[in-house]
Amino acid sequence: MPRTQLSAALLGAALLSLGTSTRASAQLGSYNPAPGPQGTYAIKNAHIFPVSGPEIPSGTIVISKGKIQAVGANVTIPAGAQVIDAAGMNVYPGMMDAGTSIGLSEIPQGAAATIDIAEVGNFNPNAQAIYGINPHSAHVGVARVVGITHVISRPTGGILSGQAALINLAGFTVPEMSVVPHAAMVIDLPKAGGGGGRGGGAAAFLAAAGGANAQAQNQQRQRQMDSLRTLLRDADAYGKSQDAYAKDKTLPRPKRDAVLESLVSTVRGVEPVMFPADRASDIKAAVAFAEEMKLKPIIVGGREAPEIAGYLKQHNVPVVYTHVLALPSREDDPYDQNYNAPAKLAAAGVQFSITSGDCCSEVRNLPSVAGMASAFGLSKADALKSVTLGPAQIFGVADKLGSLDVGKIANIVVTDGDMLEAKTNTKYLFIDGRLVPLDTKHSQLYDIFKGKPLQP
Amino acid sequence: MRSRHESTQSLETSSMRHATRYAKLTLAAAGALAATAIAASALHAQAAKAGAAAPILIKNATVMTVTRGTLTNTDVLLSGGKISQVGKNIAAPAGATTIDGTGKFVMPGIIDPHSHMASDATNEGSLSVTSMARIRDVINPTAIDIYRALAGGVTTINVLHGSANTIGGQNAVLKLKWGRSGAEMVMPDAPPGIKFALGENVTRKNSNNINIPGIQAPPRRYPGTRMGQEEVIRDAFMRAKDYKAAWDDYTAKSAKDKTLMPPRRDLELEPLKEVLEGKRLVHAHSYRSDEMLMLLNVADEFGFHVQTLQHGLEGYKIANEIAKHNTGLSSFADEWSYKIEAYDAIPYNVAILMRAGVLTTINSDDDGRARRLNIDAAKLMRYGGLTETEAMSTITINGAKQLGIEKHVGSIEVGKDADVAIFNANPLSVYASVEYTIIDGEVFFSKEKDVAMRAAEAKERAELEKMEANMAPAGRGGRQGGAPGAQSSNAPENH
Repeated sequence: MPRTQLSAALLGAALLSLGTSTRASAQLGSYNPAPGPQGTYAIKNAHIFPVSGPEIPSGTIVISKGKIQAVGANVTIPAGAQVIDAAGMNVYPGMMDAGTSIGLSEIPQGAAATIDIAEVGNFNPNAQAIYGINPHSAHVGVARVVGITHVISRPTGGILSGQAALINLAGFTVPEMSVVPHAAMVIDLPKAGGGGGRGGGAAAFLAAAGGANAQAQNQQRQRQMDSLRTLLRDADAYGKSQDAYAKDKTLPRPKRDAVLESLVSTVRGVEPVMFPADRASDIKAAVAFAEEMKLKPIIVGGREAPEIAGYLKQHNVPVVYTHVLALPSREDDPYDQNYNAPAKLAAAGVQFSITSGDCCSEVRNLPSVAGMASAFGLSKADALKSVTLGPAQIFGVADKLGSLDVGKIANIVVTDGDMLEAKTNTKYLFIDGRLVPLDTKHSQLYDIFKGKPLQP
Repeated sequence: MRSRHESTQSLETSSMRHATRYAKLTLAAAGALAATAIAASALHAQAAKAGAAAPILIKNATVMTVTRGTLTNTDVLLSGGKISQVGKNIAAPAGATTIDGTGKFVMPGIIDPHSHMASDATNEGSLSVTSMARIRDVINPTAIDIYRALAGGVTTINVLHGSANTIGGQNAVLKLKWGRSGAEMVMPDAPPGIKFALGENVTRKNSNNINIPGIQAPPRRYPGTRMGQEEVIRDAFMRAKDYKAAWDDYTAKSAKDKTLMPPRRDLELEPLKEVLEGKRLVHAHSYRSDEMLMLLNVADEFGFHVQTLQHGLEGYKIANEIAKHNTGLSSFADEWSYKIEAYDAIPYNVAILMRAGVLTTINSDDDGRARRLNIDAAKLMRYGGLTETEAMSTITINGAKQLGIEKHVGSIEVGKDADVAIFNANPLSVYASVEYTIIDGEVFFSKEKDVAMRAAEAKERAELEKMEANMAPAGRGGRQGGAPGAQSSNAPENH
């Protein structure tokens, strides 16, 4: 088979036809165009940013069977490969936002039926994001065309909110998107002074403001913590009894339990736990709880993490930092308190990743959010790492994702400039080794209305 | 919560916020914070006053004039509160402060055409027509977000009434002169304006399902549909026209007949009469293309002009119609999907509108977002391919035109107010940050000074916290008490 020169025009034509067929779909559950097959591709003459190693000013990447097959300055392009001449373009590993709930929430105001983000009740370890994600959410297409190729999507609410999934942002079905279906358990510990869990939040604040009920609130929190501990211990015992029975069928057969079963890999420290926590005291409480219960903690939020960076480093706890764009929380905080938080975490040697700070529609801001952290002290290399290899390492998938290395999933972005700059355009996008059309609900509406003639 | 959507939602979120705040801080701790903030603002004010008289010469910078191109290796002289010279090799006048602009970018101060910053109230939403309510009566000049916006290069904001009702209150155009009084911030030459609002925030469909113990959902208030919104505007302008006719009659006849009694002044209809006379600018919150078109048509019928559509996220669907009406539009760069009427919002909105000839800007509607409008502008280069100058115009000169203050601000031209921001790199780059923000020739933000003052402020805070008066009373929680509310203020371990 001869080597095919894949011209931009040819790709453009392919995308255009997809675009035309989807024009009527600007509505809920908007159709994101399908990625192509897992072909053999070679991206040549590119400025390559592998993240795991030094930049390659002019090199080639070969992709096939969904994986990166070769990366380097002197790579032989295999026969039959579709070749993209990326002269003047940059190539990066796809970005990962570890703080989203993409696919679980579409329109937060006025369309309650599009919100599947929080289960009823406090303890839902068996609520799995992977079963709630809408693969056709318009947010999926809009996020990926800026170069976000995979995300953690997590449930919220209650105390044991459920299980987060790591998904690729391409596919017509969730199984096609799934990378790690049970990427992390989410535990939102009831917070002292309110927040976290049902009965926390606004009700707790109001009660605390009244003063009289502060004690009752603390008691409720203690009861909830006790219930949580009991549940985790029960899961540990459940796992042991199932293992014992598997080895020795003469034992009485333990009854299966969907709730406890979903917690076994969590209590064994295999599946990490995402603890939403912002205040220093809440972060420390989560770390202490994780150590007490032998869990593998990841702090999500981490607003005051820089204040206890030494503690986090010492306990080897990573932070998924969500507040770069947030206003400082105290009046007398420096104006750049949150802009420079990632720089402080990096300086202290804390493992961290940066997120867009949004669950869904604004996840696409991720590159510029990381870039802004760089305007306030974080090195450009660390900013890039904080949205690629950093989150992959935190979630234990750095063997599969996060950098341009042989054997990794081919999630690759080709751009006409610095990927973190707001003005940069994506030229080609590969997810799971498939070429993804750069068409979204937004570009479809743009195509329809940009040439609308003036009515006489 | 997303305060930027300001709507009816602000009423609830702000009460929640207050509850949160109250619970987080004991009264004593809150007092300490307030004292620190006031001390800090006094320091900033002193810093600002010290530089008041001296001319400032910015040497050898890249100057993005917006209206006259981008000039490299260029000097800008600010004196007497105005931009007095732009060119090469300008000599420093006696007493001038010189800023080395090598490698730096000078741009006009950023103009945010839709803000709710520094106002102690946003919505007087209890009636459908509240044209009598004035934002300038509720300016809080000590709001810390003023300073934070300065640190993002913002110099002028349009503080609008909220969008809870069809005809809302009067706006205030402010220059962010941190440390001065509210009265000194109000821009004297800005024509007055008024907020109108259409769509979901007015029908309040999103705000009657409050589920917070102890907080009651507000009662329904007419109008509850877009049909009712049209009727409210029609009814108000019928009354305003009658009112205007009564005054016109009186004015015409009273010259001859001194015994005539003037009509009774009506504070609701007076601002609408000014709208009919073209003396007050209408800024209309709107999302869906059909509601925008409705307003433009009603305005035609009654003979008034809609100065801007605010948000106007579906403006791109009727770009030509908006252009035909010579109406401007102030959009978000790329916000979408947060409510039903924002689900068809696209980041290409600005590009389509600009190409149709609509005077278009982007705005923050949010104190957090106001700090990075330059990055929002950069997004427009990606979505729709705006040039650098076009992108810059959406946060500078176009906003000045929409607010009727383009003779004074919005570009770097000799004779205009000396309102500039100096960035350490191209302001459309995510890697850029502000070094100085200057208004009327005075430095109101200096990164160098800000950083230098931090140690003093931390020391002052520590001293205040140690004072007897600022300790929490026994048994009521507080920093040392360990009761609810104490947790947000744990002593940082590495201080």
